[in-house]
Amino acid sequence: MKALALLLGLLVAASAAAQEERVIAALSQRAVGITATFTGSEIFIYGAVERGRFPDVRDDELDFVITVTGPRGPAPVRRKSRVLGVWTNTATVEIDEAPSFYAVAASGPLDEVLSETEDLRHRITIDKAVRVVGAAGPDADPADFQKALIRLRRESGAYAQSVARVQTIGRTLFQTRVDLPSNLVEGDYAARVFLLRDRKVVDVFETRIEVRKVGMERFLHELAFDQPRLYGVLSVVIALIAGWIASEVTRLLRR
Amino acid sequence: MQIYLPIAELSVNAFLLLGIGAGIGMLSGIFGVGGGFLMTPILMFIGISPSVAVATGANQLIASSVSGVLAHFRRRTVDIRMGVVLSLGGAVGSGLGVELFQLMRALGQVELFVALSYVIFLGGVGGLMLKESVGALLKARRGAPAPRRHHGWVHGLPFKMRFRQSKLYISAIPPFIIGMGVGVLAAIMGVGGGFLMVPAMIYLLGMPTAVVVGTSLFQIIFVTALTTYLHAAQNQTVDAVLALLLIVGGVIGAQIGARIGVRIRAESLRILLALLVLTVCGKIALDLVVTPTELYSIGAGPAK
Repeated sequence: MKALALLLGLLVAASAAAQEERVIAALSQRAVGITATFTGSEIFIYGAVERGRFPDVRDDELDFVITVTGPRGPAPVRRKSRVLGVWTNTATVEIDEAPSFYAVAASGPLDEVLSETEDLRHRITIDKAVRVVGAAGPDADPADFQKALIRLRRESGAYAQSVARVQTIGRTLFQTRVDLPSNLVEGDYAARVFLLRDRKVVDVFETRIEVRKVGMERFLHELAFDQPRLYGVLSVVIALIAGWIASEVTRLLRR
Repeated sequence: MQIYLPIAELSVNAFLLLGIGAGIGMLSGIFGVGGGFLMTPILMFIGISPSVAVATGANQLIASSVSGVLAHFRRRTVDIRMGVVLSLGGAVGSGLGVELFQLMRALGQVELFVALSYVIFLGGVGGLMLKESVGALLKARRGAPAPRRHHGWVHGLPFKMRFRQSKLYISAIPPFIIGMGVGVLAAIMGVGGGFLMVPAMIYLLGMPTAVVVGTSLFQIIFVTALTTYLHAAQNQTVDAVLALLLIVGGVIGAQIGARIGVRIRAESLRILLALLVLTVCGKIALDLVVTPTELYSIGAGPAK
């Protein structure tokens, strides 16, 4: 009886392996260093579909969606209105979870490539990646604030949704480029590659990109946040010395 | 050449920052003011958050005040005793100001708070300065010297002290309060407060004009140093790279400015400065009133 069960199990596993399609991907950079002269970066993501058979016509319907997500966190969004003739922030909605950076690239128009349920489950499009859960104030509709956050971040280049930027080669290979802007926030970025068939996610490949300040930038930032008192004293001392040097140089020049 | 600012967390052209520093340094060289009231709005305009702009502006002012005060020390035009009293008041005010700033940041009203402070103080001081200097200019044309005014009530207060350099024997309370007021302003506006302190010293305390600028610079060093330290320690908003670029630009600009300044008449200088102050004030006031193109903004994340 035991032997039979084992045999059955093996058979099931073998047939699953035959049908299973897996996506594997690689990145041109696994780590991005923010240096003093950092002006943005480009990450090249490429990979292939792994399957237990030769590609055929069935594989023409394959689609790819690639996302890169920056560190997530809450973000307060504020709206101005006129109070006593002056424009001031009057309403605030805390967006519960908004990535600092988000890029989506797909091999076709997202609504054709991806079903609504899959989008909801994996939170792929920008609208789904930015989440508002909490109740809003009495006079504010959180959806407006979510839209505003997405619009502002799209304008600043932090969010990007681009269609047809994933190129497929043959029936197996794919590649895309993701632009990282210069005003990048430090943290772990997640790169996800979705393999889709009939608007359903078949497989997901996930990897991490480390974005870190390096060199002087790292040193200063760490000092400022880990030892704020020392940093404060140093800022003052440097300015005092700079002022003194300036005065001495001036005196020498006047002579 | 783009440079990434570690605290402001954005990439800005280094030459733009040097240029801003030089431009403001030049104006401060011409007019003998720190120029903080121009620096903070300009930094905000190029995309630096109000908190970082205010704190870093204060840091930059330390350097320009030090190089200014050293020149005054050589000419013996600093009333150290008065400067110490003003600085003590400044220390109290600066602490209050940083607390107030933190509160406004938590409420999400920093922008409005900073902008309103600017409109009120620049508008007030600019207006008074313009009125006074136009008056002085007209009187000078008619040949009558401008009288030095004294406020009687200032001399009736206790804790009298002798300020030898200023040739004054007055209570320590008015200078302490003036210092405190300037300390609050330094913390919330990122300014040295010279534009406010100089008239206050002349008209409220009756100090001789010769020692006013040096003494105010002396006090500004203490207040801006303390403000920088408090902002760095409590809000982590001092950007050292930004400050250094502004300092270098400012030093060069101040030299050019000082040379231009000696060629312009004092009264004309005051009128020009008043107009400059009023222009900045008007621009900020306009931004408050005109319907903005973008009603929404993303605030900084809550404190971790």
